[in-house]
Amino acid sequence: MEDILARAGKVAEAAEVFMASSEETPVQFEANRLKHVQSKQASFVALRIIREGRVGYAVSTELNDRQKLVEAAVETAEFGIRAEFTLPGATAYPRTKVFDPAVESVSLEEMVGLGSELIDMVRKHTPEILCDAEVAKGTTLVRIINSRGGELSYRQTGFSLGIQGQLIRGTDMLFVGEGQSSCRPLSDTGAVAGVVLRQLELAREQAPIATKVLPTVFTPDGVASALISPLMVALNGKVVLQGASPVGNKLGEQIFDRKLSLHDDPTIGYRPQSRPGDDEGTPSQRTPLITRGTVAGFIYDLQTAALARKKSTGNGGRHHGGLPSPTPSAFIFTAGDTAFDDMVSDIKEGLIIEQLMGAEQGNILSGDFSGNVLLGYKIESGKIVGRVKDTMVSGNIYQLLKEITAVGSDARWIGSSVYTPSLYCPSLSVASK
Amino acid sequence: MPDITESARRLAEIITKYQADYIEARLEESQASYITYRGRELESIGKTRAVGGNVRALIKGGWGFTSFNDLSDLASRVESAVKQAQLARGKKSELAPVEAVIDSVLTLQDRNPVIMPLAQKKRLLDEYNDVIWETSKIQTSIIAYGDSCKKTIFLSSAGSFIEQERADVTLRLAAIATEDTEVQQAGLSLGSRGDFSAIENLHQPAAEMARHAVAMLSAPRVAGGEYTVVLDPVLAGVFTHEAFGHLSEADFVYENDRLREIMALGREFGAAELSIVDDATLPERRGSFKYDDEGVPAAKTYLIREGKLTGRLHSRETAAKMAEAPTGNARALSYRYPPIVRMTNTYIEPRTASFSDLISDIKEGIYAKNWYGGTTSMEMFTFSAGEAYMIRNGKLAEPVRPVTLTGNVFQTLKNIDAIGNDLDMNQGGGCGKGGQMPLPVSNGSPHLRIRRCLVGGR
Repeated sequence: MEDILARAGKVAEAAEVFMASSEETPVQFEANRLKHVQSKQASFVALRIIREGRVGYAVSTELNDRQKLVEAAVETAEFGIRAEFTLPGATAYPRTKVFDPAVESVSLEEMVGLGSELIDMVRKHTPEILCDAEVAKGTTLVRIINSRGGELSYRQTGFSLGIQGQLIRGTDMLFVGEGQSSCRPLSDTGAVAGVVLRQLELAREQAPIATKVLPTVFTPDGVASALISPLMVALNGKVVLQGASPVGNKLGEQIFDRKLSLHDDPTIGYRPQSRPGDDEGTPSQRTPLITRGTVAGFIYDLQTAALARKKSTGNGGRHHGGLPSPTPSAFIFTAGDTAFDDMVSDIKEGLIIEQLMGAEQGNILSGDFSGNVLLGYKIESGKIVGRVKDTMVSGNIYQLLKEITAVGSDARWIGSSVYTPSLYCPSLSVASK
Repeated sequence: MPDITESARRLAEIITKYQADYIEARLEESQASYITYRGRELESIGKTRAVGGNVRALIKGGWGFTSFNDLSDLASRVESAVKQAQLARGKKSELAPVEAVIDSVLTLQDRNPVIMPLAQKKRLLDEYNDVIWETSKIQTSIIAYGDSCKKTIFLSSAGSFIEQERADVTLRLAAIATEDTEVQQAGLSLGSRGDFSAIENLHQPAAEMARHAVAMLSAPRVAGGEYTVVLDPVLAGVFTHEAFGHLSEADFVYENDRLREIMALGREFGAAELSIVDDATLPERRGSFKYDDEGVPAAKTYLIREGKLTGRLHSRETAAKMAEAPTGNARALSYRYPPIVRMTNTYIEPRTASFSDLISDIKEGIYAKNWYGGTTSMEMFTFSAGEAYMIRNGKLAEPVRPVTLTGNVFQTLKNIDAIGNDLDMNQGGGCGKGGQMPLPVSNGSPHLRIRRCLVGGR
């Protein structure tokens, strides 16, 4: 890496070398049986240079192809964007804990055991269900050095447990599932299976639902599948800079319900999305985005922040090795104080959304969403009476989140990058056959 | 860069030394370039190079798989794949027999978009961006161009050794219009199997796209509910892919007795007019190839013929377990992944109706065009139109906001009551499955009419 930096230094005003290498071991079960054991080794090196004021960029998996990498970066710099930013010099990083040596010592046999246990628990409840499961562990090494003396390197471990079940009756299909991830080994198969068993219980009966406007509770899964993507786009500093975010000129204005607060936080210990610094070497920080309903901030990388006359929030991320751009680490909604059951018992006729399919396909910039309720339940007189089918909901998240009835006390991680409670919304358009 | 042909020859030697029911390896070298714009300014321009490989071993039905981009210690990679397969082993291995193939399908010397000068690519994109920005009320634009070329060598313990090359070009244009707090967008996706000219001369469609985004600002929303819907070839292609294509992938079915009953060959899925085909042998489509990633020759497979289920897409394993013939549909996104059952070029065969035949007896309905995306959960699917218009009294009427359509595949295929005469293939799509995305595919259809389709709206 130092050699690449030195070579680049001869042809550019500034340079940065980023390297990531990873080892990943997934164990996969298919149709209730162990099917695949895999190991994946990958590494790449990325060179970003500033030459005659413009950014050049090249990526290769060939760590020894140093001169080719420099040449490709120089070629692209001819057309590159004007560099408005300065690379960070030597700096201190938060001591975010993301490495646990215990992950490496979990054996393949133990991982197979965890997967079998998960499947057994779910099949004990519903013998005819077909389950796919995955138990995976991995280690990543990241190192960034630049010509201003900046240097960041860290090792990160990851571990995940997940299961998906499919239950077919006639041509009716029910999909249930849950996954958890951490930088430390996970072994609580009961917690993962518990979520699935609850879904199976609630979906036992089917309940018809009418085409009308209904009060709706989004469970944490429901919030993640229906409402998060538009917010991630709208709060992205680059989208704001382009004037394409509906909240871009609302900084400091209260446009959401006062019960809503949201922040991005890559500093939480042992979370897979945490790290001491971002992919440009900017130290990680907690960034408030919505504070009691008021738009409080946006996420930035170096270049976007410089153009917007802001500071990078440490959200420079590289998708598939691409140039850094503003990328959420973990979006965290502050939990409320209403128990999930109290939300349900408050509703005379309504809907619970657990999985919405297709919500991300629409015009998410506008906040409009529309999707098929893949897993959702009908509420009648304060009780969950069964699963709804052939049902579509539509709404606009900015209208929906302007006024919400309650925020749940049941906040939890959904995947690795969203932490959210249930949200109880007074009205949502429902269309059904 | 290391020479993958040399590594492949060594691997072919090494795998003979290990005990397994079957071992295969794939080595790959690729180059790519990309240019993206956000707004008037270039956002990124870059080049990538990658070399990597994998080894897959099968022992008593259990698969071991190891992927790597360090080609220095191939024997240890084979060893760990074999060990992993040992751990995963179950009862017995089943693979449909195929003949060993030694072949070389080299195309890059004739056509390689990656080596074209970046300046030439950028010039074209600048022109499209100018066209978009000439439209008033356009707030911003997004342009994403990418190209790649790739050489893959597949070899197996059965004696196959296949070199294949392919190139790919994709272009996505989007225009975003704003007014007060309204934000609307319109997009255009195109692609080709390495032919740069497929994305040239789009100035006119780019301008129309931008005008459409602006028109959407003042367009009304559709009220949610059931409608008679007419789909254009692009959206109908997405529908074919999502609603039915995925259901015909045998890896969803082969271990699932209930699904096997539902997907029994001969079952009636639609009217006698309906035939759906997957065909990787079509020339020059993005889903085309000569051999799949298990070394099986590409085929044309009728999934539905005259309304009845007649076939499905297979890997060697799913074909063996279902006692059907392999179809050459095992594909891997890259060396980092094992091959899984995928579509290639999937389409509905054309019939006789003209567009005006399709809409002439619709009192109130929706004409849905173009696409944002689509997804499926086997039984239920959703897909989103990029443009939509009301149909009133047999005529196209006012434009409305883009709609999302949803349905149950078993009902919806039966509700297709008219099929047009104007088959068109869309090359702009990329398919995602099992974390492998975007895989180059194409899909298509003539115009279709669907009765009682559920449309989201407020």
